[in-house]
Amino acid sequence: MKELIRTEELAKIYENDGVETHALRGVDLSIQEGEFVAIVGPSGSGKSTLMQILGCLDRPSKGKYFFEEREIHTYSDEELAKIRNERIGFVFQAFNLLPRLSVLDNVMLPLIYRGTSPKEREQKAKKVIELVGLSDRIDYHTSRLSGGQKQRVAIARALVTDPKIIFADEPTGNLDSKSGEVVLRFLQDLNEEGHTIAIVTHESYVAQSARRMLHIVDGEIDKDEVITKRRIVAQEGFSK
Amino acid sequence: MAVSGIFVHKSRSILTTLGIVIGITSVMVVISVGESAQGLVLQEIQQFGPSNVFVLPGKEPKGFTEGFGTLLNDSLKQKDIDDMAKIPNVVGVVPYAFGTALVSFESESERRTIIGSSHSSQENFNLEIESGRYFDTFDVDQKARVAVIGYDIKEDLFGQTDPIGKKLRVKNTTFQIIGVLASKGQGSFVDYNDSIFAPYPVVQRDVLGTKHFQRVAVEADSVENVSNVVLDIERVLRENHNIDDPEKDDFFVQTQEEVANSIDMITGVLTVLLGCVAAISLVVGGVGIMNIMLVSVTERTREIGLRKAMGATRKSILYQFLTEAILLTGGGGILGVCLGIALTFLAVSLAHSFLDISFPAVISIKGIVLGLGVSTMIGIIFGVFPARQAAKKAPIEALRSE
Repeated sequence: MKELIRTEELAKIYENDGVETHALRGVDLSIQEGEFVAIVGPSGSGKSTLMQILGCLDRPSKGKYFFEEREIHTYSDEELAKIRNERIGFVFQAFNLLPRLSVLDNVMLPLIYRGTSPKEREQKAKKVIELVGLSDRIDYHTSRLSGGQKQRVAIARALVTDPKIIFADEPTGNLDSKSGEVVLRFLQDLNEEGHTIAIVTHESYVAQSARRMLHIVDGEIDKDEVITKRRIVAQEGFSK
Repeated sequence: MAVSGIFVHKSRSILTTLGIVIGITSVMVVISVGESAQGLVLQEIQQFGPSNVFVLPGKEPKGFTEGFGTLLNDSLKQKDIDDMAKIPNVVGVVPYAFGTALVSFESESERRTIIGSSHSSQENFNLEIESGRYFDTFDVDQKARVAVIGYDIKEDLFGQTDPIGKKLRVKNTTFQIIGVLASKGQGSFVDYNDSIFAPYPVVQRDVLGTKHFQRVAVEADSVENVSNVVLDIERVLRENHNIDDPEKDDFFVQTQEEVANSIDMITGVLTVLLGCVAAISLVVGGVGIMNIMLVSVTERTREIGLRKAMGATRKSILYQFLTEAILLTGGGGILGVCLGIALTFLAVSLAHSFLDISFPAVISIKGIVLGLGVSTMIGIIFGVFPARQAAKKAPIEALRSE
């Protein structure tokens, strides 16, 4: 397997009114292509900070971050934006869809910043919308969708650029358990197909559906384990 | 993308556009109407050649209200007219005595302006005859009771009947109609279509019952000689009126230049006053645009964060907001210009039908540029500046904002 992500002594220090908060204290980790990693830990442990840095949404204060051997820690804002656009997909707890745009427009959004032609944008978006089972809602404003449907739109949006890795930050956090299961099942399916996935969660049943678990405590990797008894989420199909 | 942003935030877009429309419309209407009025007056003046000067009775008015005094002053008499004609370099002296009188034909009767003058008034006012003829020197010398009527008077009193040769009663005197004027727009002090022109001796004696003139046009043989002629006129009239001290003059001479200047000044003051009103509305509109833009960008910080997370660069975010601001303010601007043009025409036509002042609608380029410029600037500055701040934030910070 090829190494996708490597960090060396990754640290993040927030400074607030002269008070320093060490969110990450020297994290060394490596993620291979095709992995399904759950980053777990109590709130305030730094797991979200780690995901944000790995997702190129934020910069480390110290240490090195390599993504496909690129030295991300040296990158400018513009270069980071390009990496996010071409290599990374995001699924957020709060969905972060543009409520007054249609499903199709939301999914096409990342492709705009890539300069994809409108025709190709629509083709690609329609394909992933079908994949998440929302073809019949393609023209709906996303404000009219249920939580589970919204998160599926978000997954479609993350997938449309065919990223190297998808980061999901508490993707089931705002969903009822049934919709949460559907989303997890979907992430598992994507992983089966070869997508690399990193999921941040504080719920163990969610983490159990991954293949590897990284425990973060006080900004450090406390435990890095392979999940032996993996929970395979039941195939329920998408509720429409 | 920017276009969809506009349609997605409909109420915001409508409000912003409204602010701009109000600002531009008011500025445009005010400046256009001002310039229209100015254009009318200047055009009217240019009609009398620059070698013409006007002699008016009374003291030279210093302000708006004093102007009426000249109509009542009776200092300019026949002898003055005759003497001014003898001044070297003077090629024509055209006296005017005017007033309103009840005009009747058969059972129809209406109040109209009657203007008594010499035959040269035709040339002075650039009057065209539709039928018949204008009165000549012979008619004036003979104190002939002949009249030339304006186009509207013919229409109103005679309808289809040919008025030439008909008898028209003006007050208690019967005039024979010898000509009808071609239709002509409003002048600065007369509505040609609604006036009756007749030799001044009859008008003075039989209609107005006066012996003075309200206005005398004196033409010099060349523009260069105008200043000399003015001095001569002042000398002759002071002598006739027994005045030693120029301060006590009971007449004054206006050159075309002075007339143009004084009118220019009056309309200029008006334009500035109205312009202030317009500027206030532009500011109010601008504050509206400012508010809505600021609020919307703050509201959309999360959107900016999301777009950045999806790979938008700072530049593309700025570009989006700039395009939105330009489209909004530009769209509002075009709407405002159209509305401004429409309202200017409306104002001009209202002035025509209610105030009986007709002047051509001039669409002020100055107004368009000013209105468009200011509101677009406001829209762009307040649309883009906060967006720039938001775009500077790390995407995760922007995403977290509520």
